Amino acid sequence: MLPERLLNAVILLTLLAVPLAALALDEPFIITLATKVTILALAGVGLNLALGQGGLVSFGHAAYFGLGGYAMGILASHAQSFTPLMEVPFLIEGTKSMPVIWITAIIVSSLAALLIGALSLRTSGVYFIMVTLAFGQMFYYFAISWPAYGGEDGLSIYVRNGFPGLNTLVPIQFFGICFVLLCVVLFFVSRLNRSAFGLALDGAHQHSERALTVGININRVRLVAFVISGGITGLAGALFADLNRFVSPTMFSWHTSGEIMIFIILGGVARICGPIAGAAAYIILEHYLGDVSEYWQVYLGFILLFVVLFAKGGIVGALTGSRGKAHG
Amino acid sequence: MTTILFFEQLLNGLQFGVMLFLMAAGLTLIFGVMGLINLAHGSLYMVGAFAAAAVAGWTGSFALALVASLAAAAMFGAIIELTIIRRLYARDHLDQVLATFALILIFSEATRWVFGSFPLFLNVPDALSGTVMLPGGIQYSLYRLTIIVIGLIVAAGLFLLISKTRVGMRIRAGENDREMIGALGVDISVLYTLVFALGAALAGLSGALVGAIQSVEVGMGEPVLILAFVVIVIGGIGSIKGALAGAILVGVTDTMGRTLLPILFGTFMEASSATAVGSALASMAIYILMAGVLLYKPTGLFGEA
Amino acid sequence: MKFKSLTKFALCSVAALGLSGAAMAESHGGKVKIGMITTLTGGGAGIGADIRDGFMLAMDQAGNDNIEVVIEDDQRKPEIAVQLSDKLIQSEKVDILTGIIWSNLALAVVPAATAQGKFYLSPNAGPTQLAGKGCHENYFNVAWQNDNLHEAAGAHATASGFENAFILAPNYPAGQDALTGFKRLYEGELAGELYTKLGQTDYAAEIAQIRASGADGIYFFLPGGMGISFLKQYADSGIDLPVVGPAFSFDQGILQAVGEAALGVQNTSQWSKDIDNETNKAFVETFQAAYGRLPSLYASQSFDTANLILSAVAKADIADQDAFREALRAADFASVRGDFRFGNNQHPIQDIYVREVVKEGEIYTNKIIGPSLTDHQDVYAAECAL
Repeated sequence: MLPERLLNAVILLTLLAVPLAALALDEPFIITLATKVTILALAGVGLNLALGQGGLVSFGHAAYFGLGGYAMGILASHAQSFTPLMEVPFLIEGTKSMPVIWITAIIVSSLAALLIGALSLRTSGVYFIMVTLAFGQMFYYFAISWPAYGGEDGLSIYVRNGFPGLNTLVPIQFFGICFVLLCVVLFFVSRLNRSAFGLALDGAHQHSERALTVGININRVRLVAFVISGGITGLAGALFADLNRFVSPTMFSWHTSGEIMIFIILGGVARICGPIAGAAAYIILEHYLGDVSEYWQVYLGFILLFVVLFAKGGIVGALTGSRGKAHG
Repeated sequence: MTTILFFEQLLNGLQFGVMLFLMAAGLTLIFGVMGLINLAHGSLYMVGAFAAAAVAGWTGSFALALVASLAAAAMFGAIIELTIIRRLYARDHLDQVLATFALILIFSEATRWVFGSFPLFLNVPDALSGTVMLPGGIQYSLYRLTIIVIGLIVAAGLFLLISKTRVGMRIRAGENDREMIGALGVDISVLYTLVFALGAALAGLSGALVGAIQSVEVGMGEPVLILAFVVIVIGGIGSIKGALAGAILVGVTDTMGRTLLPILFGTFMEASSATAVGSALASMAIYILMAGVLLYKPTGLFGEA
Repeated sequence: MKFKSLTKFALCSVAALGLSGAAMAESHGGKVKIGMITTLTGGGAGIGADIRDGFMLAMDQAGNDNIEVVIEDDQRKPEIAVQLSDKLIQSEKVDILTGIIWSNLALAVVPAATAQGKFYLSPNAGPTQLAGKGCHENYFNVAWQNDNLHEAAGAHATASGFENAFILAPNYPAGQDALTGFKRLYEGELAGELYTKLGQTDYAAEIAQIRASGADGIYFFLPGGMGISFLKQYADSGIDLPVVGPAFSFDQGILQAVGEAALGVQNTSQWSKDIDNETNKAFVETFQAAYGRLPSLYASQSFDTANLILSAVAKADIADQDAFREALRAADFASVRGDFRFGNNQHPIQDIYVREVVKEGEIYTNKIIGPSLTDHQDVYAAECAL
């Protein structure tokens, strides 16, 4: 059994090593898959903050993932057609610069998370799960029927957005950007978890009555966690859209919310690197089971069921031989 | 819009609500008694519809098809309760959501494996096809009226079951205090299996009833599952009364939204874009309703905190 | 620590990419690799099975050992389709892509694939964006431009005397295009125009509006399960107005599920199993023998797509892209539709028929009752610079 810190290092190094090996072997598609894992893991890290540390089971994180995606799609499509996004009251131009898009995605999705969180956190338990799902569905139906940005067709961005000094169309370079962002966010989240705020959030989840008595404003702590969580997932959405050079309302669907949850469960709830292990396992299953049988989702279903029923700490839990601290 | 059309649409909303109630009743019962979120409820709805279509195809009898839908859904319900679901009662909601999500994948693809990718045929029986003239000059589908009647009978039956019978007493006792009822010598696990099978049978029945006027295909359970969740959350989870009220509220809101919003927007917009914007808003209407209800009353209309 | 090593590898990878780019240009030695992306799980999996089976039937009949087909399932999700096309292009190194059913998936995949120098032949979707200004020399549509069948339905509604039609479609781009297409050649008045929710299953409210509208005919475009639900509920509503629609809701794959409710409905299609030519007769017979069911519209389109590819492979080496493109453009193959040729935007110029749903023995199917439009070309061709 490995100590969790060592396992985290192994997970991150593997995620880095696989695309580099693929580069050496001239298998560009493996790099694309690794990039997908990195981005989806980032979305999982975002949700994990709310769901794992905070105990807020959000079934609507697709909303932030999609908003991030559309932030990219809308800005880039305006830049592509050289039409300003808005002229009155002040001029906003489209852009193809990744950093600007990321910041926009984080701001937009955090604002949405602030609004949705402020309303949803009035409820708890199943009601919270369902009201977050409802907000996700609102975005989904709005995106489908709103014709300005493609409706169900989505938006295609023909050339990936740019990052100063790099050629993002080269798969390994784009992977590098995503990987660095994932590391930065992981670092931020692990610091956050150990800070006074993280302890308060954990306290609000595990011992809400005790937290109240020591004077923690539970609702505010939860809301802040929910907003940060939404912002991270939004950033992942922008990267995912850039990976595909395409956004569509599917990013808003409840299946997306479910998949992000699956990454966390597969990897291990409230584990810092759980979402990476989970996303990697899911993508590998999806990719290789698909070749085994047309009915591969049956096998996927059984594997998921097995993990939920018998392997409670997920992959990270199984490898470190410990159960999730915030789970049970 | 004429008055008659308005009332006809209200009736359509009611009918849609009753269809949702059949689905939501089982869901809310299972949650109320066992505290389980069952996403696979939509799969049991699909099982019911497929069983009905298969039996109607072999025998030509709609009555037998309905029996088959009840039996098949109850059977599959009992099987998954005994093998999987009962391990989830003590778990948190997150595990329940994930495990039953996995069940959806298994049910959907296994059904496709057995029945193929093409939709199946199931039709309204001759005796119930056609329309009747209601007072006030509304020409209304006999089959849809039948669904309303069946839905109301089921609602009354469930209400009696829970408030008047010995089983119902145990169910209520189990909702309130699980240890106590076990200590009193009631075999709680048999009771749970029965409740789950009953909920599954209701889902199967609604799948068969609705399947006759919709498309019997893999994945048919998912949209209605989401709607059923909206219904029970609005009504207050665990409450049959709440499920009925929530279902009718959702049915009427959705139907009236679909018909009235485009007209409303048409009063100040050009016709084509009014229909587009109006129907976009209509498709979001029930979710807005749900968010509104929860903000006003965070445990739903009839829910207990 | 990661930052440093990453920059190093980033620098190395630029060099590596330059090399691999040069390596990719090598010739395949007469071999042709085709990547098919289609929907094999989830909603619409039946259409994907038809596309695959029609295509593979033609390939099996040709028995050309130099052609390899790789089939992938897109789950009807555009993101997955994009990733599959990356996979097929990057790691399978296919020459030709085909198979996508849905317009939104095609829009996500086709521009990137053609920009990377691959051929894309569409066996089903024909979105507007790819037919006009967005046309591309490597993009061929073997089915129809999306508006075509709706235009034909509009023309047929006018010809059969509709003066006050009620029209409805789901509220998404293909639905909006459908109503626009219908109105292009329809000359009467509109009693009502409705957009329904995508994936909607209950149409009681819409049917009540139709009843109250005083319409003399109905045109609807509701693909898949939506169409089945609508037709069953309409048949049970006691309204007896003539209905027209595009072929999608009356296709072989779903007609058995609609049953009697579809009998007598007139629908527009560029193909029918009773089009009278040798290729079509042989196609219907061999398809039924191979798969135990009647072929659908979709199967006919992918069968034609495969035969078009085969005809071009026989004429030109795919390594010579210009020659291969010319061979495709010539469309020198026996189509199940009879005459088939491409317009300047590489979309078909073809006849569109009116069919009627009939019952043959125990099977519901379609029979041609006459032409609706002859040598019809889409209106966007004029905007295409090719």
